Amino acid sequence: MIQVRHLSFTYQGMKTPVFHNLEFEVHPGQIMTVLGPNGSGKTTLFQCLTGLWQPDCGEVLLDGASPRSMPRSEVAKRVAVVPQDHQPPFAYSVMDVVLTGRAAHIGLFSSPSRHDRLVARQALATMGVEGLADRPYTQISGGERQMVLIARCLAQEASTILLDEPTSHLDFRNQVVVLSSIRTLVGDKRLTVIMNLHDPNLALLFSDQVLLLSGRGTAAQGPPREVITKENLQAVYGLQVEFLSGNGLEMVCPKLG
Amino acid sequence: MLKRKAIPLLIALSPLGVGAVALFWGAYSVQPLLVAQIMASKILGVGAVGGDLPELAIVWNIRLPRIVLASLVGAALSAAGVTLQGVFRNPLVDPFILGLSAGAAFGCALSVAFLPALPVQVSAFLFSIVASFIAYGLAKHQGEVSRLPLVLSGVVVSAFFTALVSILKFLVDPHKLASIVYWLLGSFSLADWSAVLAASVGVGAGGLVLFLTRWRLNALSMGDEEARALGINVERDRLLLIASASLAVGSAVSVSGIIGWVGLMVPHLVRMIIGPDHRQLMPYAMAAGATFMVFADTLARNLTSFDLPVGIITALSGAPFFIYLMNKGSRESWGR
Repeated sequence: MIQVRHLSFTYQGMKTPVFHNLEFEVHPGQIMTVLGPNGSGKTTLFQCLTGLWQPDCGEVLLDGASPRSMPRSEVAKRVAVVPQDHQPPFAYSVMDVVLTGRAAHIGLFSSPSRHDRLVARQALATMGVEGLADRPYTQISGGERQMVLIARCLAQEASTILLDEPTSHLDFRNQVVVLSSIRTLVGDKRLTVIMNLHDPNLALLFSDQVLLLSGRGTAAQGPPREVITKENLQAVYGLQVEFLSGNGLEMVCPKLG
Repeated sequence: MLKRKAIPLLIALSPLGVGAVALFWGAYSVQPLLVAQIMASKILGVGAVGGDLPELAIVWNIRLPRIVLASLVGAALSAAGVTLQGVFRNPLVDPFILGLSAGAAFGCALSVAFLPALPVQVSAFLFSIVASFIAYGLAKHQGEVSRLPLVLSGVVVSAFFTALVSILKFLVDPHKLASIVYWLLGSFSLADWSAVLAASVGVGAGGLVLFLTRWRLNALSMGDEEARALGINVERDRLLLIASASLAVGSAVSVSGIIGWVGLMVPHLVRMIIGPDHRQLMPYAMAAGATFMVFADTLARNLTSFDLPVGIITALSGAPFFIYLMNKGSRESWGR
């Protein structure tokens, strides 16, 4: 579970905070999606949630404790991160990449044990990509990489997972495949998930809560249908949009011209 | 399958094989059988070899310490190369390129020329660590270290410390100058058991830390932010690894002088064969580094009638290798 109270953050040299007085709670089994234009503080929020950056004021609680007050290895046992745009410098095997998720559980002078390998292998199996274990990570597809990185979070055994734009480099089909498997995982394992997305339609399909950031404080938050509205999107993105509905689905479309 | 097992085994055993050949091959030819007898009597106490045989002194007091010393230095430079490449996420750095070697050289020259009270080892270690942190600090931009700036700042730091060494050479008295110049070329010609002892402390301690922490390099090489998210205390671990690499390199340089390229070439070649997982890469690179250094030194001894500085051999093979890496596909070697 992740709880955020009165969280504000101002970039160095800026007068106004990028977000101000954020309040939210995400519970096990829930997905919260963070939407907002580039530069609206989505990635910054993640840095505050993992305790890497110090907010101006307010607090973050991971299962009741502040990440700023614990060593990195303890933070990593509570919250795992799928980074955006991941490019290791060497052609590690998929298994080696997943095993790095065990770093918080392995001492500085030790190497992964049989148990660590087992956990990593199970994580790959959970994501349905155990067949990739011996392939070079640099040679698998973007969709497969996301699955492997999510498997790494599972190997880390953290109850909360943050995903920074998990769909940004994926094709139409893989976006849906990856988000569907996150959805299933959250239900099965009672994980807490917060992810950044750019596409409001994917947010409508896959989230329990939406936080809409404008870069000038919070714009809106709550259930997806209440946050992703014509007025809110127009206010935040400065773009005319239209809602289309049919077959029980709703979709946002930009209005051209 | 046989090949997959055989080649790593070959690398692991290669220091012994090359070392054995180096024992009997030289300006003064010693029969392999006699070498075996000498080794047996000295190490196992089996059989006796006449105490006044010249071969005994040549094998036991000249060649063997030289081979052991070359192995230690080769393993140290190679292990430091693996570590620095992992920590800086850059397959193109090594102790030489990053300026550690030049820093250590300055430390040694300073100690030889003007500060005899400061032990050469200590001085070499201090200045190699200073050099690596200057190079790192110069390349650091917004908390991340990119690859090309790191190589460039290493070049700058190397040039700076090389200039400082030149000043020392200019100021020092001519008797000491000759020894500094010869030593800078990189050579094992002055090797004896006391040099082995002096080097093994630092190389052993630094190398042991690098060996034990090798798996961490996998996670550290993912980049600072990602490593932190994985639960790693990046600042502490990086400091420990760079300090250990500097200790090993400083100790190696203080007995052998400047020997370049080994820390770049050997990790690369071993990575191609063994793969990038540092858990495997580190021990094999140490073994291969030892082998390569003994091999190069044996060539240096036997190629001409002089005892060529081995640094010349490694530089002659290293420069073309670097060009090959640069051409081999910019994406793989330079990356982003």
